[in-house]
Amino acid sequence: MDSVEVKNTNDAGAVQNQYLTFVLAGEEYGVDILRVQEIRGWDTVTPIPSTPDYIKGVINLRGAIVPIVDLRTRFKMAAIEYGPTTVVIVLRTNGAKNSTILGIVVDGVSEVYNIKTENIKVPPQMGQEMDIRFVHGLATIEEKMIILMDVDQILTSREIAAVDKLVA
Amino acid sequence: MTNILIVDDSASMRQMVSFTLKGAGYEVEEAVDGADALAKAKKKSYNIVITDVNMPNMDGIALIKELRSLASYKFTPLLMLTTESGGEKKQEGKTAGATGWMVKPFNPDQLLATIKRVMS
Amino acid sequence: MSFDMSQFLQTFYEESFEGLDSMEGNLLNFDVGVVDAEKINAIFRVAHSIKGGSATFGLKEMAAFTHSMETLLEKIRSGERQMTTELVDLLLQSVDVLRAMLSANKNGADGVNIPVAALKSRFDELLKSGDTPAANPAPARTGAGEADAQQTAKGKSQHWCIDFIPRMSLFSTGNDPLRIFRELATLGELETRIDLGKLPSWDDMDAEQCYLAWQLQLRTEHTEAAIKEIFEWVESDCRLDIKCIDSAAGAVAKTEVASKPHPVETAIAAEPQKATDDAKDSVVKEQKSAPAESASIRVSIDKVDDLINMVGELVITQSMLGQLGQDFDMSKLEKLADGLTQLERNTRELQESVMRIRMLPISFVFQRFPRMVRDLSAKLGKKVELVMTGEGTELDKTVMEKIGDPLVHLLRNALDHGIESPEQRQQAGKPATGAIKLNAYHQGGNIVIEIIDDGKGLDRDRILEKARLRGLVGSDEVLPEDKVAELIFLPGFSTAEIVSDLSGRGVGMDVVRKNIKSLGGSVEIKSETGKGSKFTIRLPLTLAILDGQLVRVGEGTYVVPLVSIIETLQIKKKYINAVAGKAEMYRLRDDYLPIIRLYETFSLVPDQRELENGLLVVVEAEGQKAGLFVDDLLSQQQVVIKSLETNFRKVTGLSGATILGDGTVALILDVSSLIGAARQQATNRGRPQAA
Repeated sequence: MDSVEVKNTNDAGAVQNQYLTFVLAGEEYGVDILRVQEIRGWDTVTPIPSTPDYIKGVINLRGAIVPIVDLRTRFKMAAIEYGPTTVVIVLRTNGAKNSTILGIVVDGVSEVYNIKTENIKVPPQMGQEMDIRFVHGLATIEEKMIILMDVDQILTSREIAAVDKLVA
Repeated sequence: MTNILIVDDSASMRQMVSFTLKGAGYEVEEAVDGADALAKAKKKSYNIVITDVNMPNMDGIALIKELRSLASYKFTPLLMLTTESGGEKKQEGKTAGATGWMVKPFNPDQLLATIKRVMS
Repeated sequence: MSFDMSQFLQTFYEESFEGLDSMEGNLLNFDVGVVDAEKINAIFRVAHSIKGGSATFGLKEMAAFTHSMETLLEKIRSGERQMTTELVDLLLQSVDVLRAMLSANKNGADGVNIPVAALKSRFDELLKSGDTPAANPAPARTGAGEADAQQTAKGKSQHWCIDFIPRMSLFSTGNDPLRIFRELATLGELETRIDLGKLPSWDDMDAEQCYLAWQLQLRTEHTEAAIKEIFEWVESDCRLDIKCIDSAAGAVAKTEVASKPHPVETAIAAEPQKATDDAKDSVVKEQKSAPAESASIRVSIDKVDDLINMVGELVITQSMLGQLGQDFDMSKLEKLADGLTQLERNTRELQESVMRIRMLPISFVFQRFPRMVRDLSAKLGKKVELVMTGEGTELDKTVMEKIGDPLVHLLRNALDHGIESPEQRQQAGKPATGAIKLNAYHQGGNIVIEIIDDGKGLDRDRILEKARLRGLVGSDEVLPEDKVAELIFLPGFSTAEIVSDLSGRGVGMDVVRKNIKSLGGSVEIKSETGKGSKFTIRLPLTLAILDGQLVRVGEGTYVVPLVSIIETLQIKKKYINAVAGKAEMYRLRDDYLPIIRLYETFSLVPDQRELENGLLVVVEAEGQKAGLFVDDLLSQQQVVIKSLETNFRKVTGLSGATILGDGTVALILDVSSLIGAARQQATNRGRPQAA
C-alpha cells in the first residue's frame, strides 16, 4: 500500500482527518482527534458496583461524573499493571440520545496523523481478540497498520441494557 | 449603532421583537414594564423606544409622557405597539408624545420597515 | 426575511398559562359590588396579551375569542358596564376554554371539543345587549405587506400633488418631515418645495418648533392609501392635502384629511365560526397542561442582579488572590488567609444565589385551589372557606411541580371527608361554614405545608375496624391513638362510606405519602374527633442538594441521605437472627430488620466482616426498614447531587453521585431500592427450597 501520509502534508482537495493514536498491547489504534477532549494521567477512580469489569469507575471531570473504561479489558486482552505511560483519553461520544463523555485507559499515547478518507480501508474480519464493531477502518502509515476506532461503540446502549438485565 | 429599547410585559412578544431586531443588526435591550423602561432610559439613552400600551406598574402612555419630559428623549422616536382597535388609544398616545404606532399582530418585515422609517 | 416564529411559541404558552392562573385568581377574589380598577386592569391585561400573542402567532380562533373577551372587559374597564356574578362565571369558563385551547395547540391536538364558539357567542350577545352596538372589526390590514399588494395591483404611474403644512409642535412627538420624505421617495419620484412663509425673524425663532411647510410632487404607481399611510402618524399634527393631477380618467381626486382618527383595525378578523354541536354549555374537560412539561423558568430581575453582583465580587477576589500569588512571601500569609476566607464566602453566597434561581413562591401551586374549593364545595353542597397563608414561601421548581397532585388530593379529602354538611355542622354546634387552612412556611432547610380543616376528624374506631378487616392490624392488637391515624397511609386503605365522585377511587393516601417520600419529604396527620384534622407535609427546599451522612465501607465513601436514617447503632450479637439459613435479621425493639452488608452488595473489601465490629445504620424508605452494615460513620454534609446517567447509566442501588471536598467522587445510596432488594432476597431465601 502506498497511502503514506506524513504529518502536516496539505494535499489540497483530499478530505483528510486528524487522528490521535495510542498503543494498546503493541498495536497502534487511532481516534478522530475532534472527539478527544483531553488526555490525563491515570488517577484513582471511584468504582461503581454492579457494573462490568471493564468499567473501572467514575471520575470527577470539572464537576461532571465521567465513566472510565479499561480498553484492554474491554477488548478482552490481558490486563497489565498501570505504569507511568498509562493515560486516560477523554472522549466525546454520540450516544443514542445525546452526546456523552467517557475516558479510556490505554498503554500510552503515540502520534497525531493526517489521514485521507480515501486511504481508510474497510477492516477485514479479524480474530477473536477484537470485536469488529469497534473498528471504523484501517490505515497504513509508515508501513505500520493503524486501527481506527469507532468511539461510539465503546459503551453502547445495547450493552448497557444487557448489563442492566444481568444485575437486576 | 442603533440602540433600541423594547418594552412589553409579554415575554414572547419581547423575544420576538428582540430577535427580529437583533437579526437585522440592531442593538436591543428589553424592559418588562413602563417603570422598568423609565429606569433603564434614565441610565442610558436609546435611539428608539418601542413600547406596548397595556402593562402593569406603568403603562405605555404614561411611559411616553415621562420620556418626552426628559431632555434626552425630547425628539427620540417613541413607538407604540398596540392591539387597540379604536383610534382613541392612538390619539391618547399621540397627545402623550408618541411618534407613531405599530398595530399587533405585526410580522417581522413590518417591524423592520417601521424601524427603518424612524431611523435618522 | 423568512422567520420561524414557532420558537417563541413555548414562551407564549408559558406566559399565557401563568396569565390565566392569575386571571383566575383575580376573578375568584372579585367582589362584584366593589369597583376594583386594579383587578379589572389585571384581568384585562391577560386577555389583551393573549389576544396580541395569539394573533401574532396565527392562532386565529384564540385571537377572535380573546378579542370578544377583551372588548367586553374594555367596557367594564371604562365603567360602561358593571361586573356581575354572571360575568365572573363566564370569564372563569373562558379561562378554562383558553387553557384547553392552549393545551390543544401546544400538544398538536385539534381541540374540537372545546366549546369556544358557544362561549364566544355569549360574549358577543352580551356586547350586543349593551347600549352601544359592537363595532364590526374592519378588514385586516398589515401595513407594508398590503402596500406591496396595492402596488402590483396598480402598475400605472400617477402624479400626486401633496400639500403638507405641519403644526409647529410636530417635532415634539419625535416625528421628522425629512424622514417622511425619505419614505415617500421610496414610492417613486419625489420633488419637494419648501414654503418659508411662516419663518419668524431670527430672534423669535425657537429651534424646537417647526415653521416650515412643503409642497410635494410625487410620481408613483402606488395608491393614495400608501401615500396616506406614510403620513398616518402625523395626520393629526398637520394639514394634509393630497391631489391626483393626471389620473387615467383625468378627474382630480382630492382628499382632505382632518384630525379625525384613521380607521385602523387589528387583524383579528374572525374566521367563520363553526357552529358545531359543542354549542351546548358543556364543561371543559381537564386539559390543563401539566406544569411539569415546562422546561424553562422565569426569574425575577432582582435575583439575576444579585447573581451578577456576586460574580463581580468573585472576580475581585480572584484578581486580588492572583496579584498576591505573583510575588508571594511569608509576610503576606495573613492576607492570603483573608483572601481565601473571602473566596469561601463568595462561593457560598454564589451557590445560594444560584439555588434561589430555581426557587418560586408556592403561590404557583396554591392559586388554583380557591377555584377548586369553590367548585367542589358547590358540588358537595357544603359551605367552605379556604384561608391561605404563606403563599410567598419559596421552594424549588422541581419540588413544586411534583407536590401539586398530593396537595390536591389532601384538599379534596378534607372537603369530601373532613368538612361536614352545613346541617351536620350546626347540629354539632359549629358554624355552618367550614374552614380549611392552607399554610406554608420555612423551617430549617425544609418547607412545611399544613392543611388544616375544622371538620369531623378521623373516626378511629372505623379505621381500626377496617384495618382489622383487611388484615393490616391483628384482631387483638392494641394500637396507640397516633398509630391508628397513621393507618390511613397504608396501601389500599379507604374509609369513604360512599365511594364518592371525588376521592376514594383507589388512589389513596398511600400514593400521597409515596409521592411525598419520593421527594425526600414526609407527611404526618394529627386528628381530633369532632374538631378536625391537620396534615403536615415536610419537603426539602431543593432536589439538587441533599443532607447526607457519609459512611465508609473499606476504602469507599458512600452518602446516605439523612432523611432516610432513623438511627445508627452498635450491633449486639444477641439481636442477630439468621432466618432460614442465610438471610440475617436484626431485632430492634419489636421490629425485625434485614441486615444489608454493603460490602457484599457492592463487592467491596471491608475492614470488618464480623457484624459486632461494625455499625448498623437503620434506614427507612416507603415504610420499610433495614439496617446497613458499614465500617464507619464519617461526617454529615450537604452534597450536590450529580446524575450518573448523564454520561453513563442508572445503577441499581445508587441514586447518583457527588463530588467531595477533595475532588473525589462519592456515590449516593438509593435506600429504597436497597431495601427492596434485601426484602426480596429475604423472602426468597426464607422460602422452602424447591425440589
